Amino acid sequence: MEKKKVRIVHYLNQFFGQIGGEEKADVPPMAKEGAVGPGLALQQALGQEGEVVATVICGDTYFAEHLEEAKAEVVRLIAQYDPDVVVAGPAFNAGRYGTACGAVAQGVWETLKKPVVSGMYPENPGVELYGRYAYIIKTGNSAGAMRQAVGPMAQLAVKLGRGEAVGSPEEEGYIPRGIRKNVFCSERGSKRAVDMLVRKLRGEPFTTEYPMPVFDRVPPNPAVKDLARAKIALVTSGGIVPKGNPDKIESSSASKFGKYDIAGLADLTGETHQTAHGGYDPVYANEDPDRVLPVDVMRELEKEGVIGELHRFYYATVGNGTSVANARRYAQAIAAELKQDGVQAVILTST
Amino acid sequence: MKLTLGYIHIRDVQFGPATEIKGGVLYVNAQELIEKIKEDERIAGVKVELARPGERVRILPVKDVIEPRVKVEGPGGVFPGMVAKVETVGSGRTHVLKRAAVVTCGKIVGFQEGIIDMSGPGAEYTPFSQTYNVVLVIDPVKGLPQHEHEAAVRMAGLKAAAFLGEAGREVEPDEVKEYECPPLPQALARYPDLPKVVYVYMLQSQGLLHDTWVYGVDAKKILPTLISPTEVMDGAIVSGNCVSACDKNTTYHHQNNPVIEDLYERHGKDLNFIGVVITNENVTLVDKERSSNYTARLVEFLGADGAIITEEGFGNPDTDLIMNCVKISRKGIKTVLITDEYAGRDGASQSLADAAPEADAVVTAGNANETITLPPMEKVIGYPETADVMAGGFAGSLQADGSITVEIQAITGSTNELGFSRLSARQY
Repeated sequence: MEKKKVRIVHYLNQFFGQIGGEEKADVPPMAKEGAVGPGLALQQALGQEGEVVATVICGDTYFAEHLEEAKAEVVRLIAQYDPDVVVAGPAFNAGRYGTACGAVAQGVWETLKKPVVSGMYPENPGVELYGRYAYIIKTGNSAGAMRQAVGPMAQLAVKLGRGEAVGSPEEEGYIPRGIRKNVFCSERGSKRAVDMLVRKLRGEPFTTEYPMPVFDRVPPNPAVKDLARAKIALVTSGGIVPKGNPDKIESSSASKFGKYDIAGLADLTGETHQTAHGGYDPVYANEDPDRVLPVDVMRELEKEGVIGELHRFYYATVGNGTSVANARRYAQAIAAELKQDGVQAVILTST
Repeated sequence: MKLTLGYIHIRDVQFGPATEIKGGVLYVNAQELIEKIKEDERIAGVKVELARPGERVRILPVKDVIEPRVKVEGPGGVFPGMVAKVETVGSGRTHVLKRAAVVTCGKIVGFQEGIIDMSGPGAEYTPFSQTYNVVLVIDPVKGLPQHEHEAAVRMAGLKAAAFLGEAGREVEPDEVKEYECPPLPQALARYPDLPKVVYVYMLQSQGLLHDTWVYGVDAKKILPTLISPTEVMDGAIVSGNCVSACDKNTTYHHQNNPVIEDLYERHGKDLNFIGVVITNENVTLVDKERSSNYTARLVEFLGADGAIITEEGFGNPDTDLIMNCVKISRKGIKTVLITDEYAGRDGASQSLADAAPEADAVVTAGNANETITLPPMEKVIGYPETADVMAGGFAGSLQADGSITVEIQAITGSTNELGFSRLSARQY
């Protein structure tokens, strides 16, 4: 059976879209039927597998100065042609163009749920800003590398357009997107480790299976000046929740956090609270939840006037196998509420 | 120190009037086994069930898996300091009931146990879908504290494995292997031209219910120390763990440590495997500093050129892994680490809680957050409702039709950090 031709809409800037050079960089988005400029080479590489049904063009300056509007309009124009996949660029090392291609990818992925292929030089800022929304084929740093870029872009666009499995970055030529996926290897892990060590000891090249990330470092805020007047909140990743875990916070890989009222509560007990955390011995936390969330001590400090007041809500999640991206998201949401509620300082407890 | 392991290939497991091995079939007298286990007054009831590879059977919540073995020659007995007297093991002859396993099952913490599927997509992720399992579903006496409950189930599993192992005492093994661990000066002299390699074996010791036992000692109370690889093979290290099922080392994993096996495989050819250092993963910073300092010093003291370091668990122990790596590497010793990942269900997060540039050679056993749907089974051994609260599960994990959607974190041994299985993760 002959496979369906993949429908492709191509995004280009004013230069590659043959509108003009820098003097035309302020043109707003427009659509043209069929392939234009690099789209012709793309069509040639696609052969009978796919068709560039339309080209959407926008000036780089216009896009940069009207980011949200331009993105929405480009996505609207693309949607008219009902593509299976969108190709943006290649943008090589052109920063504004790469950023526009990336923003288009984000819009297409989030609004239309269609995959996007682009092509950029690895240092193009579009890679870092929007790399997760597109498969970006690694290209040279100038348009001289057009011919080498178009082939792999066409090949990947056909695969994505047909919903076929995408190979590894090495196989397909795209810049790694930082997405970890499980695979079964032919050898067990211990043998792979011994092989890697033998190569390392001989000074031969080896490839780590997990390149180490560079971690964020958060500098601590300056100390609270007037503790006696400060409103202090308790936030924990130790999973202390009201008895029965009303929000069903998961014991590992928590998908949410909870916000709980402790107004008038002087002490947490095994009757009122418990831990939902699956990563530590829960016996002592369940016996006396103050051990993880020190409400009792905070109330004493409140009474003694050491602190101004204990905030009436505490926030809790389970920090067990919970991804960094989710943890960051919860923290941003919690911090925004705490700021709004006039909280000056937070005691974070972990386990 | 020389250990002979005689492997008796088990091809089926059946109930029978006597506990014995005939024609590769392990027959189990369930009543005898139940009586043995009920000697412990903390145990109110025990059910014995059988599960074979390929059957439409699910087991949960699984605590530990143990390989039945019996000491037939030489000092000591199986699981020294736990079941047998605390004699030094690792020499003489031990018979192994290969492909047989004891699986202990019961609600201890609820969320710190795992799943074993004997067939279907989940079976690919656990090595224990390939073993002939004698499953013990254990219920404690009412009001038994969790720590006591854990100890009772742990001991029941070890005793059952020793009991079944006895059936192999007089059986002629199908396969015999010899492992030698000479005194250090001889080991060094034997292959002077090969790089000397030490294995750094990190044991889960984060606290009560997250424990590993060495000759009956709680590993959190040890200073890092030397152990012969043959002692490990002979049951000196056992699991006392209630923690995420994917990357805890069950007793079976310790008995069959694949790093030790694969280092022996290359020993005398590409490297000189000179020893094993065991260390712990305690939770306080001072313990972490002390243990990693001590470990690095021991590895240096042995004169190693290279080391393989394996982690157990995740999160907090990631810091121990990185400390060990950094301190050993800075002594000029080349390291390779085995870990697993918690990169989120979408695979887009940072995988470990710690990192260092020295950790440039890492083997990963996969992303434990990836989800899987396990189809309904004809038979469930244990308590299926625990799926919702298990680490890796979530509210609604257990569907009305009996299927379960969970992170592979909930599958026993899926991302084992001894490198026992073939699962890995790649960057896409």
